[in-house]
Amino acid sequence: MIDVADDVTAPAAASPATSTAVAEPVARASQARPAGSAPGGRRKTGAAAWRKRAEIAFFVAPALVLMFLFVILPILTAVQMSVYRWKGFGPMVDFVGLRNYVSVLNNNVFTDALTHNLIIVVGSILLQLPLGLAIALLLNRKMWGQGLLRTIIFVPYVLAEVIAGVVWFQLLQPQYGVIDTILASLGIQGPPQGFLGTPDLALWTVLVVLTWKYLGLAVILFLAGLQGVSEDLYEAAALDGASWWQVQRKITIPLLGPTMRTWGFLSMIGSLQLFDMVWILTGGGPANATTTMATFLVNEGTRRQNFGIAGAASVILFVVALVLALAYQYFILRRDTQPDDGRGARKKRKGADA
Amino acid sequence: MSTATASPARRRSAGKVTGSKIVVYAISLVVVALTMGPVLYGVLGGFRTNAQIAADPAGLPGPWVFSNYANVLQNPSFWQYFLNSTIIAVLTTAVVVVFGIMAAYPLARYQFKGREALFLVFVIGLLFPATVAIVPLFILITQNFGMGNTWWGVALPQAAFALPMTVVILRPFLMALPKELEEASMLDGTSRIGFFWRILLPLSGPGMVTVGVLAFVGSWNAYLLPLLLLRGDMKTLPLGVADFSSEHSADTAGVFAFTTLAMIPALVFFLAMQKRIVNGLQGAVKG
Repeated sequence: MIDVADDVTAPAAASPATSTAVAEPVARASQARPAGSAPGGRRKTGAAAWRKRAEIAFFVAPALVLMFLFVILPILTAVQMSVYRWKGFGPMVDFVGLRNYVSVLNNNVFTDALTHNLIIVVGSILLQLPLGLAIALLLNRKMWGQGLLRTIIFVPYVLAEVIAGVVWFQLLQPQYGVIDTILASLGIQGPPQGFLGTPDLALWTVLVVLTWKYLGLAVILFLAGLQGVSEDLYEAAALDGASWWQVQRKITIPLLGPTMRTWGFLSMIGSLQLFDMVWILTGGGPANATTTMATFLVNEGTRRQNFGIAGAASVILFVVALVLALAYQYFILRRDTQPDDGRGARKKRKGADA
Repeated sequence: MSTATASPARRRSAGKVTGSKIVVYAISLVVVALTMGPVLYGVLGGFRTNAQIAADPAGLPGPWVFSNYANVLQNPSFWQYFLNSTIIAVLTTAVVVVFGIMAAYPLARYQFKGREALFLVFVIGLLFPATVAIVPLFILITQNFGMGNTWWGVALPQAAFALPMTVVILRPFLMALPKELEEASMLDGTSRIGFFWRILLPLSGPGMVTVGVLAFVGSWNAYLLPLLLLRGDMKTLPLGVADFSSEHSADTAGVFAFTTLAMIPALVFFLAMQKRIVNGLQGAVKG
């Protein structure tokens, strides 16, 4: 989604505005002539240019002002907070330089939280990519009840994380929860403290619940991507006697590449911001086993009033997210910005060969 | 595509598939069970008593009990939370759609120096997750803007963080409208602003619905920002659900009933707007 800028704009952009800039003040007459040639055109186009600029400002300003007030300003405030010791009231006077950063980075709770975030980032992709792909490939055929199936698979994604979390919290209750009951009937003893109460299991349990919640998004996006794959390719492959598996591996999956890579980006950004589900399921516990960067900074900021520490953690979270996003762009999404024709043709040939 | 060439391949695959078809349906059933199981368990749990749940956690309601749902529906807090969620979501959606389409219009259909740079501002905005700014946002809104514990105090920042995605989705949409429309209206002496009002706005209805639905669902489900900003009677449904489940943790059936009723609006909205949501997400992925 970041790479849209250049390819989309190029063709559509050029024509309308060049004509409109000139056409407007002298509507009909100037249409025939290019800008400069009209006598006195200089002054008129000058006025038109000003008017155009005013219009642009009028249209864009509300969005920019809103984003400045509620996006940019808070981030600048986070940077400012991060170099003061501040309890949340009065002016910030107790300048401490980078000491908050040092203390955050030396804080095991924070570094563990960062590790948990990274585990969730990688774990989500490793679980949801193969599962989502498998389900999407299975569903990508004419079958009875397909529409209903898609709807059902998407339901968890639409539920609030809080609601999904509260339901799962009940399901996962130790001993009396339905999951432990089912396990017991299979002769398996659930952990005595429950899945969410056992430090070694809690993070993995959260990961499973997150997979349940977000798998539907992967499936829906992959299915949408699959619809973009031309029927011809499948026909050609079928004529060549390719097996179903060969077709998927040589044609479908490669052509789904851009969709998978963009989904991975969305998933990564989401995992780095993880808060709601953890807050509901474990509150970051037991023994800080499931803290994330977001729970850390909310804890420090609003519960302990350590706004300097919270500010420093915010800035670090932002830098981590930015670095990972840029790295993802550079190493993974870059292929998608290359011209598409050559690759598509090569894939087509490869598919037909199979 | 011509059906004549397609049919031999299709017939062959249809013959081959019957065996694997059973497998596909079986896997589909498992997926459906795993997906809907927790949701249905919550819905059905609301129809049981706590004694029933304690005696047999995995059982079905027997007899069916309606008092849990009735209690929630008679709970004034539930309706207060519902109202707050609705108002905040409507405000967020209105601001996102109006400011988003306004910003996307010149970025899509004006030719000017620095246009791509301006668009890049919105693209970069995508990289600023709301979580990063949450603590300073809390400080600014409560201390500097005086909007703590108000509907606007939640709606405006939510709209601000939804705007980059909105503009990124809407711009290609507006670009795709044929330029002849614009030229024709210019020939008739319509100004660019007139064009925006009379032609572009009506035509971009579907795009606005898509971004509007995404903004609405995002706001309806939001938790972190309302958690920091809203107190008492101003709370939204997700906060209410979380509170209810921790305050009445012994009343499992009541928690299920409350949770189920809180999820209904989002589910109904989703079923009505399913196409739009999926299109929007696709649009976000394709750019």
